Amino acid sequence: MARFIVRRLLGMIAVLFAISVIVFLIFNVIPNSDPAARIAGKNADPALIARVSADLGLDQPLPVQYLTMMKQIFTGQLMSYAKDRNVVQQIWDGVPATFSLCIGAAVIWMALAVLFGYMSAIHAGKFTDRALTILSLVGISMPVFWLAAILLYFLTFKIQLFPTGSYVPLTENPVGWASHLILPWFTLAVLFVGFYSRMLRSNMLDAMNEDYVRTARAKGLSERQVRIRHVLRNSMIPIVTLFGLDFGQVVGGGAILTETVYNLNGVGLYAGEAIRSLDLPPLIGVTLFGAFFIVLFNTIVDFAYAVLDPRIRLGEAAPA
Amino acid sequence: MVVPVGELEVPGEPPLPTGVPASQIQGRNPWYLAWLRLRRNKVALVCGAVFVLIVLFCLAAPLWAEHVAHTGPNENHITEKVVIDGQPTNVVAPDGTPIGPGLHGQYLLGADQNGRDVMVRLMYGGRTSIYIGLAAAAVTTVLSVIVALLAGYYRGWIDSVLSRIMDVIWAFPVLLLGIALGTALAIGGLKIGPLAIAGDSIWIPIMIIGFVYVPYMARPIRGEILALREKEFIEAAVAQGKGPLRIMFSELLPNIISTIIVFFTLNIANNMLLESALSFLGAGVRPPNASWGTMIADGYEMIYTAPHLTIVPGLMIIATVLSLNVFGDGLRDALDPRAKIRLEH
Repeated sequence: MARFIVRRLLGMIAVLFAISVIVFLIFNVIPNSDPAARIAGKNADPALIARVSADLGLDQPLPVQYLTMMKQIFTGQLMSYAKDRNVVQQIWDGVPATFSLCIGAAVIWMALAVLFGYMSAIHAGKFTDRALTILSLVGISMPVFWLAAILLYFLTFKIQLFPTGSYVPLTENPVGWASHLILPWFTLAVLFVGFYSRMLRSNMLDAMNEDYVRTARAKGLSERQVRIRHVLRNSMIPIVTLFGLDFGQVVGGGAILTETVYNLNGVGLYAGEAIRSLDLPPLIGVTLFGAFFIVLFNTIVDFAYAVLDPRIRLGEAAPA
Repeated sequence: MVVPVGELEVPGEPPLPTGVPASQIQGRNPWYLAWLRLRRNKVALVCGAVFVLIVLFCLAAPLWAEHVAHTGPNENHITEKVVIDGQPTNVVAPDGTPIGPGLHGQYLLGADQNGRDVMVRLMYGGRTSIYIGLAAAAVTTVLSVIVALLAGYYRGWIDSVLSRIMDVIWAFPVLLLGIALGTALAIGGLKIGPLAIAGDSIWIPIMIIGFVYVPYMARPIRGEILALREKEFIEAAVAQGKGPLRIMFSELLPNIISTIIVFFTLNIANNMLLESALSFLGAGVRPPNASWGTMIADGYEMIYTAPHLTIVPGLMIIATVLSLNVFGDGLRDALDPRAKIRLEH
């Protein structure tokens, strides 16, 4: 097990290293994206551009620039080009909003997905199943930002059910925190409720034909016990796997659309601003932040598998 | 496509004829069987038809623009008046509110803040959105199949290298990667050898969207190739002295074609959603070109005064993506009734 952990952690570091290099290269190798020229302004003379370059250390060779940037990230001193703000601090400031949004949405999406998937599976082919199937199909076919805009228009503007405005810290005002987040939570959850409930439904329908279910019935368990303890529990394994991966993606940048439309000042909103001003340091910071969570949750899922299934620990075969 | 005899008895498939001499039973190839299964899935067929109708609707854009609306998709009419119910009306009122939807040939779906005809833009925007969805799906499919064939056929270090590259792309936040590439490429365009793409070309979002979804498609196909690689018919092909390329393209590829078709269909739907998201964030289709995503982005600025600008293109996206998703699911059930091909989002 120790070797497995070490191998996975090394892999994690390698992937993060590769990602930081790629983001760095995207913004340095692509033509006409010289940051100094952009910061110096449209009609700057070459001398000014050269001075800006020297100020930002952009006249150094690429590997040196890269190392400087990485050192600044780890010592928390990375400054953005455009507004001269501390990138690490800005990301850190966005963490409460992003995590409030993502964790709340994750609770809603798992709860609703299990409920809908379970209802669909036990009423397979009947009206409940069809209605839920249509709902989840519509859910996965909807642009998230569009749903956010429509909910914002109808529920906060037309009937003023929810307050407008941005993120309210939990420590300041818990009621305000929740009431400002209900719409974003649901918006972010809809897509995943659709995916997960459909997946749970088909997993449960497959599991219902398994021998262990027949055995459970044969030993006299009630239908309810069979469904919940045997069918549902076994059908949840792939869902939990997927949850780990998706939660990483959502924290690592998937919430950017929801944060943008609802104006929640989280990491996603910060990333959006950085992208619009083509500011490399915040982009590297945010991408590494996002990739860290994606890789972290991938690794947690792998660990969970390794604990459950010794074959993975010993061999190379990863679950597909 | 190899279908062993015993596997033909599949639930949901028409039964083999009984009481007929064996010599008179016609052979039915797998494609025909798939078609028979698909034909029974009325919902999927209707959704396929809806998608075709939406495509036709968008293809008719120049006709509508010329004969009904008398304006192009990017023409501003901000200071003009148009006659509605015999009354000359401002296309965009002095307070900035554009004409709303109504039963008039011009501005059937109203105008936007620049006095552009929303109906015309919707039709032209649909062409862009669907075109990007299809072209990006083609890019993803070609790249994934090549990666999967190489990794699955050669295995060993080639597989390791390709899989690690896929891991890295996989670990990228999809939206952030898309936006970062979109913004960076929009400035200078893209030059790969002889291939040059201008910064405002729709091939930029096509390449980006096609690229970011490669691991999601290449991984499951690679798994399938790895399994096929162990089968006897590949051994036989090797023994016959067939080269790697021939084995890959004439032995392995035909066996994964049904998977590819299903992935391709569902991928179009995903691509259209990603295109709309990138365009909404300003990293996809460049203005003044219309796509459904840019229309929502433009409309969202005026959501409190002219909500139809946001609502209408969104409904078109939902209709298109939904019909593709349902049709794709139907195709999967028809082509591969027992296998579980799943394209993770």
